[in-house]
Amino acid sequence: MPEFEPRIICFACNWCSYPGADLAGVSRIQYPPNARIIRTMCSARVSPVFVLRAFQRGADGVLVTGCHIGDCHYISGNEKAEENMRHTAELLDLLGIGKERLRLEWVSAGEGGRFAEVMTSFVEQIKKLGKLKLKEI
Amino acid sequence: MNEKRGLPSVGVFVCRCGVNIGGFLDTPALVEYAKTLPGVVFAKENLYTCSESGTAEIKKAIQENDIQRVVVAACTPLTHEPLFRAICQEAGVNPYLFEFVNIREHCSWAHMKEGEEATKKAKDLIRMGVARAIELEPLESIEAEVEPSALVIGGGISGLVAAASLAERGFRVALVEREGELGGMLRHLYKLYPSDVPAEEVLKPWRDKVIDNPLVDLYLESEVISVKGYIGNYDVVIKSPEKEIPLKAGVIILATGAQLWEPPEGLYGYNKKDVITQLELESLLMKGKLKADKVVMIQCVGAMSPERSYCSRICCVTAIKNAILIKELNTAASVHILYRQMQAYGDEYESYLRRAKELGVRFVNFSPEQSPVVENQQVKVYHQLLGRELTLPFDLLVLSTPLVTQRGSEALATLLKVPIDQDGFFLEAHIKLRPLDFSTDGIYLCGCAHYPADVGEAVSQALGAASRASIHLTRGYIKVEPIVSSLIDEKLCQGCGLCAGLCPYGAIEMVDTSEGKKARIISVACKGCGICAASCYCQAIRLSHYTREQLEAQIRALLSA
Repeated sequence: MPEFEPRIICFACNWCSYPGADLAGVSRIQYPPNARIIRTMCSARVSPVFVLRAFQRGADGVLVTGCHIGDCHYISGNEKAEENMRHTAELLDLLGIGKERLRLEWVSAGEGGRFAEVMTSFVEQIKKLGKLKLKEI
Repeated sequence: MNEKRGLPSVGVFVCRCGVNIGGFLDTPALVEYAKTLPGVVFAKENLYTCSESGTAEIKKAIQENDIQRVVVAACTPLTHEPLFRAICQEAGVNPYLFEFVNIREHCSWAHMKEGEEATKKAKDLIRMGVARAIELEPLESIEAEVEPSALVIGGGISGLVAAASLAERGFRVALVEREGELGGMLRHLYKLYPSDVPAEEVLKPWRDKVIDNPLVDLYLESEVISVKGYIGNYDVVIKSPEKEIPLKAGVIILATGAQLWEPPEGLYGYNKKDVITQLELESLLMKGKLKADKVVMIQCVGAMSPERSYCSRICCVTAIKNAILIKELNTAASVHILYRQMQAYGDEYESYLRRAKELGVRFVNFSPEQSPVVENQQVKVYHQLLGRELTLPFDLLVLSTPLVTQRGSEALATLLKVPIDQDGFFLEAHIKLRPLDFSTDGIYLCGCAHYPADVGEAVSQALGAASRASIHLTRGYIKVEPIVSSLIDEKLCQGCGLCAGLCPYGAIEMVDTSEGKKARIISVACKGCGICAASCYCQAIRLSHYTREQLEAQIRALLSA
């Protein structure tokens, strides 16, 4: 049986994490190709609805990335993203999806290496959790 | 209109980027795949989509196929989005109906050994991009004023040239220097290559221009401690010994230079007395205190090594220059330069190298596997070309060490939200297309902060950076992206006030209406983060260009296949 390859959505903010992912590429740092990036202006734009929608439609993991605390282009958007994602994680536990399938990470524009590390470790984590099987309600 | 399916017509352009994408992904397969996607009426591959011929093909295709949404699958939007948006506009398509799909930085370069999986990822990304493109809406950009002043960080030769150049154009400049004196590295240098002009002679006119120009405000012994805002409108706080000074700037030029790597005590016998660095040699020459008959120089000390893999570029010609100066002071002195690869590039430095050889400077090539050994006032080195070991007695051993990133670079990078590379140098937006810009608009760089440069190069870069920065200052306005929140329908708003409390800019106020309290968004104050749209449980707020429909279309497109 081929190894399970998880489907992952990664939200990346325009100012830190998206250029962080760019830098990983420019530096030719290799990481598993499982995730697909969706660009938002700020991590705060990531509504819990998007996370739930992703799982509903068959994602195995959702990674939300933003600027480090204190560095947000929108002053404190990332702090609000953190709060939103904390509640969303609780919701995922209640729904039986499990909060481990959602991760929030701060990656700056200068942290290409860190972006690749985060991506690699998240893919590993989701591989361990296995494919998400949602029950029909 | 794509009548059959009632969707807007989408054109997809897949860039090979030479071998950067084409060498790792199956780009013809991406084109064929794109053609099968809903809405796509045209798909084509280009060798370089950003080239003149590539953009001409986009325009032609738009006109011939009545394309209403343009998708380019290529590199990162952070460098090329403005170009493609402009091309769309020229061809009569609203620039916000353009969608960028990153299959280079996020795909071909990050998965270089996974051709098949990487191509699959690129297909997914293109499918997501096309789905988002279909949901895009035309928008008109908003104009904002540019504060006609600049902040220049660093008072070395690059910073001085940049500051003088902007002030001469009539713009107010705040020049911030950490040390108590202007001049940076040049203050510690004796004569400059290849003209042998004293460093002070190069430095003085620029320093005078800066000091004499009333438009330049000097902040010595000061550091930038806070930068907020965006191009045209930065709020900066400078910390001087006395106080914290807030000021406004429209653009920022980073010219913080580099510092010389100081070898650890004992490396090749390093003792700052008869084993010194090139910088310490400069000081001896400057003070006229050099007394040495047998001089040996070792190149690449601490450079091109596993810890610092890069070439510092300036050390070879610096060694040649100092060798010539020593020979000119004392013809009888013997000077040996032990090198790995001689970086004497261009006509000028090549003839400089020849001059050193004519004066009797000896060049000895060694390999890093057989590095020189220093013991008992002698250097033993295996001469690669002669094929035997030489023993060179010395009374002065000079170590050529590389320039390394300035202390505090990382903190400054965080403050300005600009990237640094693996060696700690600041990273430009694009090595060829935007070498003096950062990817964040409004911030520019020059000199050794970017990478070791000689004085001539640093001055050219500083003039270039000032020129780039002055484009916005001269124009006086910038176009701001029309990415702002708005209330979809007042009826949807329940008046809870959550959004108003969350907005970092106070851009939402709660107003009394006949239907009760309602949110009102002040769009000029909105910066477009989207926290309100993400948090409104009534889904009453939308953020343009990042609407729920657009983002969910991407999610759906990825996971429905």
